[in-house]
Amino acid sequence: MGDVLVFAEHRGGHFPKTTLIAVNAGLEMARKRGGQCIAVLSGEGATAAAAEIAKYGPSKVIVLDHPKLAHYLADAAAQALADLAKKTGAETVLATATAMGKDLMPRLAARLGAPMASEIIAINDDGTMVRPMYAGNALATIELDGPVRVVTVRGTAFDAAKPADVAAPIETVTPELDAASLKMEFVGFNEIKSDRPQLTEARIVVSGGRGLKSGDNFKTVLEPLVDEMGAAMGASRAAVDAGFVPNDLQVGQTGKVVAPELYVAVGISGAIQHLAGMKDSKTIVAINKDEEAPIFGVADYGLVADLFKAVPEMVEEVKKLKH
Amino acid sequence: MKILVPVKRVPDPATTIRVLPDGSGIATDNVKWVINPFDEIAIEEALRIKEKQGSGEVVLISVGQTAWQEQLRTGLAMGADRAILVKADNPLDTLAIARVIAKVASDEKPELIIIGKQAIDDDSNQIGQMLAEMLGWPQATFASKVELAGEKCTVVREVDGGLETVAFPMPAVITTDLRLNEPRYASLPGIMKARKKPLNEIAVDSLGVDLTPKLKIKTLKAPEKRQAGRKVASVEELVQVLHTEAKVI
Repeated sequence: MGDVLVFAEHRGGHFPKTTLIAVNAGLEMARKRGGQCIAVLSGEGATAAAAEIAKYGPSKVIVLDHPKLAHYLADAAAQALADLAKKTGAETVLATATAMGKDLMPRLAARLGAPMASEIIAINDDGTMVRPMYAGNALATIELDGPVRVVTVRGTAFDAAKPADVAAPIETVTPELDAASLKMEFVGFNEIKSDRPQLTEARIVVSGGRGLKSGDNFKTVLEPLVDEMGAAMGASRAAVDAGFVPNDLQVGQTGKVVAPELYVAVGISGAIQHLAGMKDSKTIVAINKDEEAPIFGVADYGLVADLFKAVPEMVEEVKKLKH
Repeated sequence: MKILVPVKRVPDPATTIRVLPDGSGIATDNVKWVINPFDEIAIEEALRIKEKQGSGEVVLISVGQTAWQEQLRTGLAMGADRAILVKADNPLDTLAIARVIAKVASDEKPELIIIGKQAIDDDSNQIGQMLAEMLGWPQATFASKVELAGEKCTVVREVDGGLETVAFPMPAVITTDLRLNEPRYASLPGIMKARKKPLNEIAVDSLGVDLTPKLKIKTLKAPEKRQAGRKVASVEELVQVLHTEAKVI
């Protein structure tokens, strides 16, 4: 049986859209492998989140309950999930490639002695999978051998699960943990508070690059456009490297991968590494004063202009549209 | 303190990658090879820890072919003390590579392993976490700040929506994110010294590690290219087409 365990990430009972994407990818994997999709949660608030996840189509939801799992830490979570994978005889353990998914799943794979495919973008009927390599310049068809395998999925490549007719049963399991071997300690979480939509969930993303010239210009020039459009703000690696904005905003090969309905690249030249993080956006707009910039090669609409003039103008034009 | 830094040889990030017509791999003619940029950050962090403590040893390890000596020499020129090349003529999957490095680590007994969060060729982002589990050590991935006090290590991690701080006793594995530091360049005296530093080769088969490939790449293909659209003449036109044509605002 090709059962699939889906690691359903949440924080204090609230889960991001990427968790429903994992559930949906898990359902597709289970369907293609002739098994069931079982969602797994742990930590504070897991019971509340489990009741919600149960409505999105899994066959079963399991809450892993153990004091050592109260706050997510990779060593305890990997032990608990490996223990459950063994007990259930699951063929695939799957998560979305979020920061937590990326942190946990390779550790789990090592514990299970299982091969792992990172950030897959498609599940084929023959059991093979597709994943990007070389900043998306190659798509590899891969095969994982063995009785159990570990997979993370790219959030932009799968849709979120939709509510199902019936809610799945919820079961609580106490995993066996080797508490003496768990040495990690959670110290704190410094949340970057923002009223804007999440970068990976937003319908519109407005990103700035080195062309913005300073962190202050992100605030005074770019942010008014971001907010007028109700968008999430992103940045190129060059802008992050230059210290203009935090790394959390980085879109690209080594940052976040996004695919919004509209992506507006402002003062971004369009290095391969940046394109890897946004080229699947539905509509791409580029504003750059260099008409030779590679970003124009992927943009649906390009405007060759000085961003310091064009962006404030755009704020006014978008405002007009609303009236 | 001894710090082990795994190093991978990858195509220079500025290289245009082309998939071979038969899908067996990528074209490697005219490719310039470099140290994986995140591993460079790992080497830098190890060197800074050693410099701050005033003593210690930074040991590099690669699992690859003879040509990988080049990147190990670059790392030695940056300031690492010695290097180990585990010679493997055939490519290994992530699980096997992690097993090989874990085996060497169990002999070398470093207090820390610092490694790039991902290699920019296969983009797997797996080895550090696998090593931590295989060795039974704590892990801190995506580190943007590392602080050591006695046996204890405190790491600030770049996670979704903010910064997380974790703490643990050493030995441990840390994977580096972009903003941990800015790696130094190898100096000319550094390059001269590096030639005389020890670079030991070990045959991968001598380690008694299970190398059976479980992840197989069947074929590679180039992704479909996105077509460039058109240029608009003004901001006004841009906003209009986004509204009426693309219907996204």
